[in-house]
Amino acid sequence: MIKAVPKPLEEILDQVKDFTKVLIAGCDGCVTVCEAGGLKEVKVLASALRLYFTQAGKQAQIDETSLTRQCEKEYLAQLSDKMDIYDAVVSLACGCGVQYMAEMYNNKIIYPGVDTCFLGVNEERGLYVERCQACGRCILAETGGICPIARCSKRMLNGPCGGSDKGKCEINKDIPCGWELIYERLKTLGQLDRFEKPVDPKDWSTSRDGGPRTIVREDLRI
Amino acid sequence: MRLQYPPNVRIIEVPCTGKVDVMHLLMAFEYGADGVIVVGCLEGDCHYSAGNLYAKKRVNRVKEILDKVGVGGERLAMYNLSSGMGGRFAEIVREITEKIMELGPSPIRVATGKATGPIAEVTT
Amino acid sequence: MSVTTPSKLQKMIDSGNFAVTSEVGPPRSADGAVIEHKGKLIKDYVDAINVTDNQTSVCRVCSLACCIRLKLMGLEACLQMVTRDRNRIALQSDILGAASFGINNILCLTGDHQHFGDHAKCANVFDLDSVQLIQTVKMMRDEGKLLGGHEFAVRPQMYIGAAANPFAGPNVAMRVSRLAKKVAAGVQFIQTQCIYNMDTFKEFMKLMVDRGLHEKVAILAGITPLRNVGMAKYMQKRVPGIDVPDDIVRRIGGVPKEKQAEEGLTLAVEQIQELKEVEGVRGFHIMAIEWEEKVGEIVERGGLYPRPQLA
Repeated sequence: MIKAVPKPLEEILDQVKDFTKVLIAGCDGCVTVCEAGGLKEVKVLASALRLYFTQAGKQAQIDETSLTRQCEKEYLAQLSDKMDIYDAVVSLACGCGVQYMAEMYNNKIIYPGVDTCFLGVNEERGLYVERCQACGRCILAETGGICPIARCSKRMLNGPCGGSDKGKCEINKDIPCGWELIYERLKTLGQLDRFEKPVDPKDWSTSRDGGPRTIVREDLRI
Repeated sequence: MRLQYPPNVRIIEVPCTGKVDVMHLLMAFEYGADGVIVVGCLEGDCHYSAGNLYAKKRVNRVKEILDKVGVGGERLAMYNLSSGMGGRFAEIVREITEKIMELGPSPIRVATGKATGPIAEVTT
Repeated sequence: MSVTTPSKLQKMIDSGNFAVTSEVGPPRSADGAVIEHKGKLIKDYVDAINVTDNQTSVCRVCSLACCIRLKLMGLEACLQMVTRDRNRIALQSDILGAASFGINNILCLTGDHQHFGDHAKCANVFDLDSVQLIQTVKMMRDEGKLLGGHEFAVRPQMYIGAAANPFAGPNVAMRVSRLAKKVAAGVQFIQTQCIYNMDTFKEFMKLMVDRGLHEKVAILAGITPLRNVGMAKYMQKRVPGIDVPDDIVRRIGGVPKEKQAEEGLTLAVEQIQELKEVEGVRGFHIMAIEWEEKVGEIVERGGLYPRPQLA
């Protein structure tokens, strides 16, 4: 799932301090799971903003809501009849939700309330780790189910590099070397022959560049 | 034991400080509390194993928020006491009341014009 | 064993003599005289001079410019190239540029992560990795083709090298496998990480020999003289992938401070003598970090001087 962290409160305060009517809009999707953007976080942020405005002697209306998903127009549309009253919205959705909100409510100032970080897993509550970089062409079948693009610091397709030390990455001894993990897993699976076969340069055209990547599924479109 | 502690303190009982949420603490300040203390069991003695440790983290988070929004994190504190430490409890309440008196009314009450005398809230 | 190029280093290795290479680090300014000076210091003692490519991710004069400078001085240069900072367009472009000046040796590396360097906030590239860079150079040289498919007539005549680190443990067999992958990609010579742990290195070489890999690739053993006990401890504790056993630290630390440099040089010479006897070792790569003036002494005392003159 998409992982995010709440933005520093002072950053948000600085953005909304001159407004009097602010909506805090959460998203009940991914960011709720990592406790950065669901209704709970909306309430905490709204309370903090109310305390801030009140102690500053300023009347402000801070409203709270959370949508099922901010990456879908149908849910964003639920705000349409009350959007007019707000000076600004702080969206606690991932970057997709913030942008889609801004796109839908073109004349409204929309601030991001979280920093969107990566696609990851919940190793424990409060401990989220990246697993996928959405490169658009999955190679997990060849690498023992462990992604070198996400888990090697140099996203090597023919690792490990010479910097790994006792199974840990050269950049931080708390990060397991992705390629050591791949090697061990291939060994377990009896597929070590894969390890010695050079992997050709990757086609990165499905990844990160060339404008927004688009999926068209004609079989699904109405 | 007939221990004396200041009368302007309101006690809210919870089954375990693990029940005390960030929102409970923030709402107390929104409603005008001048100070809040959370009193949990001794660390390591939680009946639910770690409720008081969760509470400690939440208290710290709210202290940080209070600092940033201009209310002041020093208005919130957590203590760990056993049920046999009534004397210490009374002492803490006296101390915290004095401290809050020194700090004066919460900026929230000052701003909303509701400042009369200090209100301290205790969650146990 | 491999494609013959005009490389003098290849000639030396193929002749059966122990080859000797060393490296020079470019300056962090536009001062071209530094490389000239370092090149002159070591030129009579080595068969090729590597120029590092922004080593430890610290921005310096580019390896290509320095290699060209050495080449214009009549020296044999080895272009180190890391994939961290350039995509495949830039890498291939630099390879063509180097070849256009008659540079015939390349060392294909992935490169240290930028986290270590003086621009830790930069975006890295890693479009290719070291194995893919080897494949690319080989394709350009043997097929006259770029990765994009363009075919050309004047091919870069590169003797292809790479690095290996037997000490990036704990699994020595995995390190041999990784090197086997570089061999499969087309690497011809290897310069190893600096060797301090002889036992691990010998274990590595035995696995290489058992698999016959030593006949497919020439191993140049990495030697870095220790200047003092502080350096030994730093290498032991701080440099990822370097294994300095405690007895080495004790040995350097066991002599008075003013004699530690001498002890470090003696150790390097002893290492060379010992490594000459290890099957599969075809030469030495001497990395005298900011101590280039001692390369000559190490080569002489290691019995590797004068360098054989090949026709």
